[in-house]
Amino acid sequence: MQRLSRHHSSAAEELEVIAPSKLAIENVSKNFKGASGAVLALDRVSLNVAEGEFVCLVGASGCGKTTLLNIIAGLEKPDSGTVQADGKSITGPGRERLVMFQEPALFPWLNVFGNVLFGLKLKPNLTNKDRHDVAKYYLELVGLSRFERANVHELSGGMKQRVSLARALAPNPRVLLMDEPFAALDALTREQLYGDLQRIWKARNKTIVFVTHNVREAACLGDRVIVFSPRPGRIREEFAVDLPRPRDINSVDLAVHATEITKALKSHSQPEVAIAE
Amino acid sequence: MKRFLLAALFFAVLLLIWEALFRAKIWSPVLLPSPRQVAVYLEGAAVDGTLAKATIVTMRRLLIGYIIGLVVGLPLGLLTARWKVWQDTIGTLALGLQTLPSVCWVPLALLWFGQTEAAMLFVVVMGTLWSVVIATETGVRHVPPIYRRAALTMGSKSLHIWFKVILPAALPFIVSGMKQGWAFAWRSLMAAEIFVTILTGFGLGQLLHYGRELSAMEQVIGIMIVIVVIGLMADKIFFSPIEKFLHRRWGTSQA
Ligand SMILES: Nc1ncnc2c1ncn2[C@@H]1O[C@H](COP(=O)(O)OP(=O)(O)OP(=O)(O)O)[C@@H](O)[C@H]1O
Ligand SMILES: [Mg+2]
Repeated sequence: MQRLSRHHSSAAEELEVIAPSKLAIENVSKNFKGASGAVLALDRVSLNVAEGEFVCLVGASGCGKTTLLNIIAGLEKPDSGTVQADGKSITGPGRERLVMFQEPALFPWLNVFGNVLFGLKLKPNLTNKDRHDVAKYYLELVGLSRFERANVHELSGGMKQRVSLARALAPNPRVLLMDEPFAALDALTREQLYGDLQRIWKARNKTIVFVTHNVREAACLGDRVIVFSPRPGRIREEFAVDLPRPRDINSVDLAVHATEITKALKSHSQPEVAIAE
Repeated sequence: MKRFLLAALFFAVLLLIWEALFRAKIWSPVLLPSPRQVAVYLEGAAVDGTLAKATIVTMRRLLIGYIIGLVVGLPLGLLTARWKVWQDTIGTLALGLQTLPSVCWVPLALLWFGQTEAAMLFVVVMGTLWSVVIATETGVRHVPPIYRRAALTMGSKSLHIWFKVILPAALPFIVSGMKQGWAFAWRSLMAAEIFVTILTGFGLGQLLHYGRELSAMEQVIGIMIVIVVIGLMADKIFFSPIEKFLHRRWGTSQA
């Protein structure tokens, strides 16, 4: 970053920390008519997320977390209610709000560098050199500079998630929407990524909405943890986590918070629904 | 290098068996010429230019027809994948016509175009087109929706998505469709050239045909070998590298 700013290139401008967004979700409901009948995925959900806040959503499987993320992303429209970013209604997807999806979404026809470059190429007013510099910067940030020429299938699961993170960060979005990004990883890699993510979040100043099944993960990363209940998907409770950062997932203070949240989660979930961790 | 030697050895043994069969005189030499006779024919045909001329005539028909088939087939495949109307009309038509052995186009082509280059081209285009349409459509339908959604969030819009996401994501299917189209086109062209004399140019198929008329078995076998070699070369020079690239990128190769 320093190296870039000395050149006063527009790559440096591109890497400037921009203001994160404020999200206002007001009474959002969403119905799905699937093969197994109608599902009320979200029932009058309201949620405010401050600029630069890190919010974690937890809840049993099927309680509408992904649906809410898709609605914030603009990939899906709510049946009723409003969703605003910085006071403006969200009408469709856009690079202000980038998503790290629950399922793998890296493009297999591009190599690692090409994947990170994809979103940058869609930004006007940048020279190709700027785009390359910015892509390199983010690959370095996630610790994958050495693998920029690698094909996607040659990466481990954790490396793929890092590339996804770099790809989501590269166009400098104001909001990052992350859907269980670390669910498929081993504990060690995950811990490493918690550290990385907190560091990057601090350095790049983003608003982050982070979905997870893992309560400890939520307590480790979030300023706030929102607890959902399923069928219909509703927000039940929220917890502020005011531990100092960077947080260690194994710390005792964190465990106290996690226990509290888990208790709430259990009481709001139907008994037959299994709760992860 | 080891692989090359092994292959060379294999073909040498094949030639030896052929020579042995010839010497055993099980069949009359008229029906089974020796490898040497075939080589002599090929050399003669190469020196006097017949072979080169016929190859050029055939390849020109094949390439022009194939390229037309691709240029028309790709967009048609995209349209059928995108809009229901196209799927129900062109898509169904393509599905039906793809099952039609492309040789079956020859009589129709002759009636419509007479004994002209156009008839040859028509047969090649029909051989290529439907495979490409079907493969493109299938490929597009198999693209996981997540790629489109990911691209949308990064600010990609309709045309950009089609060219930078859907098309490359469908590439493995499209390439295998192109390969199938090539095989169909090549076969139907040979059939057409064998059946039909066209005054504007003698292709390899016509040489084959005249070999039979003159009972010149060494010519028949010689031309067959040339046809096989051209087919192999198309694969090695054109399709193999593309497929290798795709396998490496997608990580689908076994070797
Ligand atoms: N496209 C769809 N069509 C029909 N039903 C859907 C669709 N998407 C989601 N649903 C339903 O909406 C509900 C919420 O789904 P969603 O994916 O938001 O859950 P989730 O909280 O992300 O679950 P998980 O933690 O398992 O990812 C589920 O009951 C699901 O069956
Ligand atoms: Mg989900």
